[in-house]
Amino acid sequence: MVEFFLNTVKPHFNFWVYVILMMIGLWSLIAKNNLIKKMMGLAIFQSAIILFYVSIGVKDGATIPVLEHYGDYAEKAVSAGPDVSATESSPAPAASNPADAFANPVPHVLMLTAIVVGVATLGVALALCEMIFKEFDTLEEDELLRKIKALHDDA
Amino acid sequence: MNPKFFASIAVVITGLVLLYGIADFPTFGDPRSPANSGVEGGAPSTSLYYINESYGDTKVPNLVTSVLADYRGYDTMFETVVVFAAGIAIFAILRCVGKDDGAVISAPTKNSIDGDHNRIIVGMTCRLAVPVVQIFALYVVAHGHHSPGGGFQGGVMLGASFILIALAGNLDDALGRFSEKSYMALASLGILIYAGFGVLPQVLGKNFLDYGVLQKILLTDGPEMARSHSMLGVEIGVAITVMSIMFAIFANLSSRGTLKGGL
Amino acid sequence: MLEQLPAVILLAPLFGALLISLFGLRERRACFPVAFASLLIALASAIGAGTRAFTGGAYDYFIGGWEEPLGIGIVLRVDSLNGLLLIAIAVVAVLALIFTIRPSSEKDEGKTAYFYILFLLLCVGLFGITITGDAFNLFVLIEVSALTSYGLVAIGSSRRCKMAAFHYLLMGTVGASFYLLGVGYLYLKTGSLNIQDINTILATNAVVSESPGVTTAFILILVGIWIKMAFFPLYGWLPNAYSYCPSGSACLLAPLMTKVSVYVMIRVMLSIFGLEWVFGHPGWSDLVVWLAVIAILAGSIMALAQREIKRMLCYLIVAEIGYMVGGAWLNDPNLWGLTGAFYHILADAMMTLCLFLTAGIFFKYRGISEIADLDGIFKKMPLTSIGFVIGALAMIGVPPTCGFFSKFYLIRGGIEGGQWEYVAALLISSLVNAVLFFRIFEIAYFGKKPAEGHDHEHNHEHEHEHEAPAQTVLPAREAPLSALIPLLAAAALILLVGIFNGQIVELIRVAFEIPSTLVSNLR
Repeated sequence: MVEFFLNTVKPHFNFWVYVILMMIGLWSLIAKNNLIKKMMGLAIFQSAIILFYVSIGVKDGATIPVLEHYGDYAEKAVSAGPDVSATESSPAPAASNPADAFANPVPHVLMLTAIVVGVATLGVALALCEMIFKEFDTLEEDELLRKIKALHDDA
Repeated sequence: MNPKFFASIAVVITGLVLLYGIADFPTFGDPRSPANSGVEGGAPSTSLYYINESYGDTKVPNLVTSVLADYRGYDTMFETVVVFAAGIAIFAILRCVGKDDGAVISAPTKNSIDGDHNRIIVGMTCRLAVPVVQIFALYVVAHGHHSPGGGFQGGVMLGASFILIALAGNLDDALGRFSEKSYMALASLGILIYAGFGVLPQVLGKNFLDYGVLQKILLTDGPEMARSHSMLGVEIGVAITVMSIMFAIFANLSSRGTLKGGL
Repeated sequence: MLEQLPAVILLAPLFGALLISLFGLRERRACFPVAFASLLIALASAIGAGTRAFTGGAYDYFIGGWEEPLGIGIVLRVDSLNGLLLIAIAVVAVLALIFTIRPSSEKDEGKTAYFYILFLLLCVGLFGITITGDAFNLFVLIEVSALTSYGLVAIGSSRRCKMAAFHYLLMGTVGASFYLLGVGYLYLKTGSLNIQDINTILATNAVVSESPGVTTAFILILVGIWIKMAFFPLYGWLPNAYSYCPSGSACLLAPLMTKVSVYVMIRVMLSIFGLEWVFGHPGWSDLVVWLAVIAILAGSIMALAQREIKRMLCYLIVAEIGYMVGGAWLNDPNLWGLTGAFYHILADAMMTLCLFLTAGIFFKYRGISEIADLDGIFKKMPLTSIGFVIGALAMIGVPPTCGFFSKFYLIRGGIEGGQWEYVAALLISSLVNAVLFFRIFEIAYFGKKPAEGHDHEHNHEHEHEHEAPAQTVLPAREAPLSALIPLLAAAALILLVGIFNGQIVELIRVAFEIPSTLVSNLR
């Protein structure tokens, strides 16, 4: 039991966390009755995906991807040349690569986009909830389905 | 079928599939993972290229901004289009032009921050806070090249400053300062700026969003500074659109489309 | 100028949308000309870009000029598959736009500008999905098209459209999120987001291509795309969303949204993971083909049970999606199956456009939404009926319409792959479609039987109360020209795509890399 925890979960604990969070979001998206609670489930679901991506780019001991003393670093990196290509990526711990001081910027960029997209979707969902409430006076899904069915049976 | 039961089954199955996939993922924090350093058989790692070469290409120390606004600027343009499309969708759903349809949510009449002595504390605090928020927001937009920041963050803060006026006083106060005509015009203007920075290189013969060739127009010493300045230009475009749409979404949602009353 | 065409396809509708939002809110009559002009420019660019790919082979367009190393910038890639689909999307968009020139009622007039902006942005999203070469960029464009489609569904004045749009939003966002998660798993294992680069890594690096992470990535991406294309059993959002949205939106959404998602699935299978990887997993093909068979049968049977025209068409879409997914996944990989599935994307877009235009004409100009109310309509609206008949014959699969040829290729693929359940499902579905449409022809041509006359009037009154548009029911007269032109053009295209199926199939096969000597042998 303890070995399972240490060997499987601990090196990947960020992935376990995000899976649990995502499943909480997915469960409330499907199971909850109130439309607003479904939307909250959607928001949790999307946040878990964002967490997953950001955790991809983490490097031990690295700082944020902003070149602080950019003057010195830029000259060093440019003169060192393109020696940090894929051929060095084998498991042997090579001499510490100066690029390891900075976290991977790509997941941050991707997630800026994903967060904005998530907010936009939530905005549209809220607008729809407002109009549904105005039309039917309730936001509970079972009552809504009953009222819609009643509408349909009248027609 | 009972939704909770069905949801539990769906969640268990999905969770197991996801956990199956992470069996041989790299350890958390590994600098030699494929995402951080590339993998055999593929092109050289883009992440290492960005960290090492992007300062030389663009003279922008914030790696996230240089990737966001230059290398992957096409994505950012469409992200701004998503924000714009969401705003338009919300107007299309909510906005009742002309007659007032049905009950307004709440109709405060005397809560303007300029009147009513009960609101002095809130009104004064708001008057002190809003300019500071706006200046900080402009700082965030402009300093996005050197520190975490950029168009989206600054735009949201600018939108939030107008929302603060609406919360502290009346929606009409905020609309008086930022009317519907203005925010509709500014929303599209922001994307026009972005797309304009993309189309100008096409007119000059290069591909879409190739800022380097703009050195002839911006009169800089080399393509790198042209890229740096164009990045600032597109970030400003993004900030304008995001500011307008954030405030527009708030105004429409809080008043259910009528733009009268509300919070 | 010619090299810039791939970007112009996207930029023309985008600038059109921005211009409408600047000026169209005040000048309502300027909206349609701007939209029409921008879509014509997009169509011309699509034809130009596509022709270059047909004659010269696939080519890349590097945005921002970032070419080396591969993947630092975003790449647009046009090959013969893309080229055909870009032209198809542009044609469908132009025809659907002509249909919307008249608003449905005065309440909708205030929203004209918003409608056209959303219409154009949806076209931008669809073009972008088709032409991109970057996996994350595909997600962003899926979200652009999804958000605009939620807006287009909800913009109507029907009482149920907002709820339908909400369910569509929930399911669509879950689908796109699964896709995003799958791309994340892929990025974690391969370190790249560029489609060509990922393909090279999966083809050459055995450690990566056999890892469970990549398998899970494929499953997640596939399930996400299945939700977006309404593949059984994840189709729950489609009937409501497309039945209650306004007719103008339905003519753009129904032919294109799900078909472009099928294209994304084929692109993922072909260009990201590679056909050898996908079909290297035994048992997957059989499982998916069985699911497709259930989809086809369920869709056809549920279509039989519907009383409303649009709902019936929606269930037919579910069945058609079953054809395409089943065809793409036929054993081994089956090149006739893949070709048939892609040809069916083009064919189905035209058929669905034709049928939804007819349903839209009946609803908008006659107030009819139930099959039973169609009595005698063939005599009153002969030209509309011609369009309807051609669309119906294509659905059934009668030569020389395109429906016949796509079924022919798919059945051929099924026989070759040895998956007889798929062949049987296709034939049963054709029979069911025949029953369905001939029943409608009978009501529409010969009129209803007198025993049901009382029911018919009762229904008709309530229809007018709840669903009829503000315009009064026109006397026995044909639909206006703005509706007839797109309908007859769509019907003509159904016939043309059918007659020229040989050339189109040649172009498709180039992308799936079959030498043409093999084609002539199999024929």
